Amino acid sequence: MTDWEQERVDRQVQPAPDRYRNALGKYKIDRLASCKGCGRCVEVCKYGVHIKPKGYTFTLRPQDQYCVGPDCAECADSCINQCPNHALVIRRNPTVDCMGDPRWSSDLILSTWHMAETGHTPPEHLECRRGETDGGFDKLVFSFEVEGYESRPVPAAVDPNEIDLSLDLNHRGDGRPQVHIDIPVYGGGMSFGSVSIHTILAKARAMTAWNSFTCTGEGGYHDRLRPYDDHVITQVATGLFGVREETIQRVRIVEFKYAQGAKPGLGGHLLGDKNTPPVARMREAVAGNALFSPFPFHSVYSVEDHKKHVDWIKEMNPTCLVSVKVSTPTDVDMVAVGSFYAGAHIVHLDGSYGGTGAAPDIAKKNIAMPIEYAIPKVHKFLVAEGIRDQITLIASGGIRTAYDALKAIALGADGVVIGTPEMVALGCVRCACCESGRGCPRGIATTDPELVEQMGLEWSTQRLINLQNAWREQMLDVLTRLGMKSIRELRGRSDVLCYIADDAAAGAGAAAGRAGAPVQAEEVAR
Amino acid sequence: MPERYHVHVVPTPPRFHRVGKYGNVDWREDCSRCTNCVKLRCLYNVYKSEAAYNRDPESPVVTLDECKACLSCVQGCTKGLLSVSINPGYLDMGDDYWKPDVLLTTWNQADSGKIPVSGAGYRGKFYGYGFDSIWTDMSEIVRPTRDGIHGREYISTAVDIGPKPMRLRFGADGSLLTPSSPLIELPLPVILDMPAWQVECQHLAEARALAAKHLGTLAVIPVEEVGELDPQLLPYVAPLFGETAGWSAFDRAREQLDHVRMVHLTDSGQVAGMFHIFQESRANIVVAVRMTLTPSTADRIMELAKVGMRVFEVIADQHGRETLADGAPGRHLKDTLRAIHGRLVAAGIRDEVTIIVSGGIALAEHMAKAIICGADAIALDTPLLVALGCRVCRDKTRCCTPNACPCEISAVEPGYGAQRIVNLMGAWHSQLLEVLGAMGIREARRLRGETGRAIFMEDIEREAFGDLCRVSPEQVLS
Repeated sequence: MTDWEQERVDRQVQPAPDRYRNALGKYKIDRLASCKGCGRCVEVCKYGVHIKPKGYTFTLRPQDQYCVGPDCAECADSCINQCPNHALVIRRNPTVDCMGDPRWSSDLILSTWHMAETGHTPPEHLECRRGETDGGFDKLVFSFEVEGYESRPVPAAVDPNEIDLSLDLNHRGDGRPQVHIDIPVYGGGMSFGSVSIHTILAKARAMTAWNSFTCTGEGGYHDRLRPYDDHVITQVATGLFGVREETIQRVRIVEFKYAQGAKPGLGGHLLGDKNTPPVARMREAVAGNALFSPFPFHSVYSVEDHKKHVDWIKEMNPTCLVSVKVSTPTDVDMVAVGSFYAGAHIVHLDGSYGGTGAAPDIAKKNIAMPIEYAIPKVHKFLVAEGIRDQITLIASGGIRTAYDALKAIALGADGVVIGTPEMVALGCVRCACCESGRGCPRGIATTDPELVEQMGLEWSTQRLINLQNAWREQMLDVLTRLGMKSIRELRGRSDVLCYIADDAAAGAGAAAGRAGAPVQAEEVAR
Repeated sequence: MPERYHVHVVPTPPRFHRVGKYGNVDWREDCSRCTNCVKLRCLYNVYKSEAAYNRDPESPVVTLDECKACLSCVQGCTKGLLSVSINPGYLDMGDDYWKPDVLLTTWNQADSGKIPVSGAGYRGKFYGYGFDSIWTDMSEIVRPTRDGIHGREYISTAVDIGPKPMRLRFGADGSLLTPSSPLIELPLPVILDMPAWQVECQHLAEARALAAKHLGTLAVIPVEEVGELDPQLLPYVAPLFGETAGWSAFDRAREQLDHVRMVHLTDSGQVAGMFHIFQESRANIVVAVRMTLTPSTADRIMELAKVGMRVFEVIADQHGRETLADGAPGRHLKDTLRAIHGRLVAAGIRDEVTIIVSGGIALAEHMAKAIICGADAIALDTPLLVALGCRVCRDKTRCCTPNACPCEISAVEPGYGAQRIVNLMGAWHSQLLEVLGAMGIREARRLRGETGRAIFMEDIEREAFGDLCRVSPEQVLS
């Protein structure tokens, strides 16, 4: 229980435009010297790309980020075609090709930016559902995204206002208080040191607004988090940096971090450059030294030891829930069951393609399985064990979009934990330079006093509140299409998903018309 | 406890300015000369080093090769004059297996000897060809290594090469009847092989031999060139006898053979005869047979094992594939190795035989995965060239001749080349430790054939998504 006065944060969507002078768009409009400043483009553009303030002779530089691209440009009444001097040219912006990667395609980054700016679903020219990895979530679609779904029996109409996205996190019935979150999402652990204090606080404030949680990460509990104690998870990781009795006693959820998806089996990494004096102070370490957390906990070498650990936390804080964060080895199902019998309320699976502030490249790609494989494995095993309804299964590590979150839930998770989407909402371009030197050049994952100042707290809080609102809109939309009244109905409903197979027989998709049942042999034959 | 094996890496800068991933477009004529120019604020000083040439003619021409594409300058420029784009020259390097990213990370490791660490999560495709469709396992709570790689415990990467008899035979009087067989313990599961296509030159052979000495491993060098090496290097050299080499080649190399610990024989009709020559006159030398990986490799290994051979090096093509009878590429190593391994296990001789694999091993993870699939050790070829600056242009007519190589590989000074190779191996060794540590395995010998501790895409994909409705890509509504 916290003894600190708690701050309220309004759940209000407000525009939070890009903090850089030149926002990036998928397309770029070049204005040639033949522009006479007639202002025709300002009149025809519906999207606010062209602006000519009163008294100006010429229009401002085009606001590329609002341009919807060739589909609009090819119309007779577009700015391109209407310009009397043919002074406008549109092309794909070469800079966005330098941004992102198959997992976080430039479209996903731009659409996340759009959501963080406006709080609403992005326009159609930005893909906001799937990345370009050709596997995992990117190979899964909902049955209503497949041709022929119209022929399916229409689900009972659902009023979006009645849909419930909230989750209870305590299913053990062990007398500990219920913890209720309003969205099926909470924030992942990011330590002070790996990210800036503004990033940490913005995450905490946004999740306070949405009545959900954020997590301290392994670098200790920063004093500036105290006004949000009720929405903070204290992480106890193998390095035990900054873990004290008080930090465990003041929160409603305590998380054991056994492993992190991006570097499973290896323990946290904080390279020396980023271990600045304030970071070192909180971690009770020597500034400038690289901090490699051990793996595993030095006190846990068996499931029995693990239970002892959980009991220790429960003894110290009699009202908290215990979450166990593990990565995804082949026997992840056994680990989950073991955690349940050890007394955990939440099993948090962290898949191997998740984010990190620093990890060996070899670990990110090659060790342990991606979350898409682990969720159904664990879910099915828990169901078979008959304990599925007594534990909360949370998935993380590679959840990029609201659609990823929904697919994770359809595969069997109760809810998800996100990290990278929040970083992207704050302006991350995935340049992967968070680990060394002065840290993030964009001021998100750094503790460099100068770089941190690039990002204000109000702005960053608003971006994250907006992002969650946009995700919420998309979740409501999907649930409406599926005819479900609650996110809890979606759990384990993998029958609403289809798998995109390159070798799938054409026409087999008619199966999607039958509420997405697996393809029958005779149907393929036909 | 044995003394810890440690690779002494020394930062060794590249000889050439590297090909960068990004380039920029800069509309300088519109510049308003404002005082808070983004170029001055670049966190990586990319623009300053680019401009250094303007002031000092001696300073090298540096393009934006070090640009990390954080886009701060693009987004911050007062007049929006800057764009960044991907350098087409970067994308042109290598091929679809030896990707530009592979070359870049190999160069970085050869520069510094450090394990590549970066921020943000994995950035690539969900899975890919060959080794990219395998994930190694990790051990969550219950594990035999307690401290991981940064702790007190020792994880051994040593492997043994040579015949390993399963039992000893004794005479009635208690005397040992089993002939003593040579066994070489390598401190890391790597030998340094010849590049597949580069015109071989003495510099490179010497660099490999020096690196092998430093690392405590072996360098494969054609027997004709061995004579020119410093005799002190010979224990770290494995002379290679060509297909047609017979008694005369053996005779010519007699002097050097007094010092070597291992030889490689190219597989041919007469390889068994050569093997017996060695067995009779040089019983202290490990004899390996070197063969191209084909669909019948497992049969051939069984055949040669019957006449007593125990060490085999199988050579896949540069993309890790077997070569079919018509010369076309076949299956990838991950499948062929498992087949060979399984065959030897079924015959009950797996532990007596050593399998070394080469070709298509491009990254440290490929080493770990090849061992998981059933190899005892790997022989490195192309990565050694890449460590020296090679861009895998592989243009036999133009580039890969002694005087035409754009990276001037044949001009590499042996000591410098050796240090680059040592650095690369140091980084690979650390990465192997990461994988072993995460798996909770304490020695590389135990990793061999541990397919149960790996996750194969085909299996897990079926397990996770097999019960979902399958649709073709065309059916997905955009």
